[in-house]
Amino acid sequence: MKPTNAQTEVARFQIFKEEYLAADGQLLHPLPQNLSADTLVRFYKHMVYARTFDQKAIALQRTGQLGTYPSALGQEAINTALGMCMLPEDVLVPYYRDHSTRLIRGTPARDLSRYWGGDERGSMFSDLTNPDFPDCVPIATQLSHAAGVATALKIKQLPFATVTTCGDGATSRGEFYEALNLAGVWQLPLVMVVNNNRWAISVPFSKQSSVQTIAQKAIAAEVACLQVDGNDPVGLLKCLDEALKRARGNKGATLIEALTYRLGDHTTADDARRYRAAAELASAQEIEPMIRLRRYLTAQNLWSDELEQAETEQSKARVQVEVKAYLATEPQTPDDFFDYVYETCPPELERQKHFARAKFARLQQAKHGNGHGDQHG
Amino acid sequence: MANTESTHTEPTQAPKQIVATMVDALNCALAQALEEDEQVVLLGEDIATNGGVFRVTEGLKDRFGVRRVMDTPLAETIIAGMTVGMATQGLRPVAEIQFMGFIYSTMEHIVSHATRMRNRTRGRLTCPLVIRAPFGGGIHAPEHHSESTEAMFAHIPGLRIIIPSSPVRAYGLLLSAIRCNDPVLFLEPKRVYRSVKQRLTLDAAGLPIDSCFILREGQDITLVSWGASIRETLLAADQLQILGVSVEVIDVASIKPLDSDTIIASTKKTGRLVIVQEAAQTLGLASEIIARVQEQAFFQLRAPISRVTGFDIPMPYFRNEALYMPDTQQILDAAQATLAV
Repeated sequence: MKPTNAQTEVARFQIFKEEYLAADGQLLHPLPQNLSADTLVRFYKHMVYARTFDQKAIALQRTGQLGTYPSALGQEAINTALGMCMLPEDVLVPYYRDHSTRLIRGTPARDLSRYWGGDERGSMFSDLTNPDFPDCVPIATQLSHAAGVATALKIKQLPFATVTTCGDGATSRGEFYEALNLAGVWQLPLVMVVNNNRWAISVPFSKQSSVQTIAQKAIAAEVACLQVDGNDPVGLLKCLDEALKRARGNKGATLIEALTYRLGDHTTADDARRYRAAAELASAQEIEPMIRLRRYLTAQNLWSDELEQAETEQSKARVQVEVKAYLATEPQTPDDFFDYVYETCPPELERQKHFARAKFARLQQAKHGNGHGDQHG
Repeated sequence: MANTESTHTEPTQAPKQIVATMVDALNCALAQALEEDEQVVLLGEDIATNGGVFRVTEGLKDRFGVRRVMDTPLAETIIAGMTVGMATQGLRPVAEIQFMGFIYSTMEHIVSHATRMRNRTRGRLTCPLVIRAPFGGGIHAPEHHSESTEAMFAHIPGLRIIIPSSPVRAYGLLLSAIRCNDPVLFLEPKRVYRSVKQRLTLDAAGLPIDSCFILREGQDITLVSWGASIRETLLAADQLQILGVSVEVIDVASIKPLDSDTIIASTKKTGRLVIVQEAAQTLGLASEIIARVQEQAFFQLRAPISRVTGFDIPMPYFRNEALYMPDTQQILDAAQATLAV
């Protein structure tokens, strides 16, 4: 639209993209000053562990030992960078594909498995002092919670940040804009990270929105924004670290659009072959984060086939310990489902609890009693 | 025992007494809550500088500052969502939704998050929050400003719903709601906001939120209501008393969890029950009360349980709202039909 004589320019905006480590493992720019190669080795190891767990979780689901599970295959770099940049006191308000962040923040794989394995105690966390929110399934609602957490940190004048994540589909929802708007007008200590993995179940981003970047949506709220290659560990560490420091220093919120690609299905209940071309997937595999970091580290003599094999085996062993602990989890009692609805159980719920106990006993009897029960459950 | 060492105690000042409307009482309760617990914060549209469109939060920003009394952007969804985030961090947010007619976009946060957080984290995170909203008809308000939809929320596990019917109960119940560690929907019958004045003792005492209030004891019939309809229910009770009927009147007040035991015990005594509900008829609170009473007091009933409710129609605009609102005559008719059995 060309301006008429009656129109003058009142504002102008730009969007920048940050990238350091290219898909071929070459650095486009020197490493940022405070980033050591050792950090990148740790980064790689975190991703090995996260991917090992991811593969195990899918295998558990396929063998009936886990419920529906959303793989993070291909976007581990974003999760890992977040886990590494956050302080323990920062609060994570995630969506549901941030497994690596959780693992790094001390939520063990047994807890993740419990949650996706249909046990509420997965979100109780083995570490009760962990301040993080449970996974959030209703899309974009976590962004409002994060705004509330950030407001609380601000009111209490605590020098910590709130981090919230979402996918590209979530940016179509009203709450995405409500959260951005509040973050801008209240200068919240908030970092919003969009995992733009190009697919919201079966809908590609081209059908989600006509914007050139998701980052630019923050401009409408006067929130700092940036696009980053979400498969580039270096770029991610740099921009997340800066955004977190801004937040902790009470200098305002940041929206980071991290460009990545969902290499797996939406969840184990999905089959992406129904809507996604094989060629697109193949080219996305060329740019995924682990290959490029391994290329870089190998070229720097910081990584080798031997180290790879050792790390993989160690990760498998660690995951195995976690899976064993998950599978050995004591079952919940019927009381557990009534006792946390309110702080104290009201009389009507007590009555229902007594009925549930009897029903539970009957179900147990049918399952185990006399060998006549249903053994398929 | 208290006061055994009275030689050393200062003479205690008697709590201040005021003559208060429900708006005054709510304002005093909020001030008391802000005063006694620095984790309490208020947020909502127009609540700080303007003091709320009904003036419930008048003066609180000046007294407690903008960190604790916050004007939010005009966005109900995030107001509700924020309270969830704030509450998990140890704050006790009290959010105002300006009218219940604008509350529906907050429902996702109430259903999916606020009421589930304790359960889904097995107690690790909790949501001690209050969402206040004026509701109900009878003040000639514009479209969407007069509905009573408490039953939509009463279906949600984990939520508390409290509806005061007088200034005194508004004060004590709101204090208890804010001190409670569960999420509370606190619905304020705006028809009562300024229509009644009561002597109110500012003693910081909460009222129970797990039981009904027996407003009058009687032997022949039980009338049950809540919110603004308590007025018509009491007027009907007055007229029945003149006719020689001994009437028990119960103010439910805590809609959920529902203290059905008090209602059942009363019905067992009187054998007759009429429920007055401003909300539309189908699947209202009256339906649940009837179900529980017939389960536990069926053989003590001397007449079918009757209910007086709004119609299952969209609330008429203010010109015709009297057609909708349950009135004293309807209650009398229902009571007399019940007594005639």
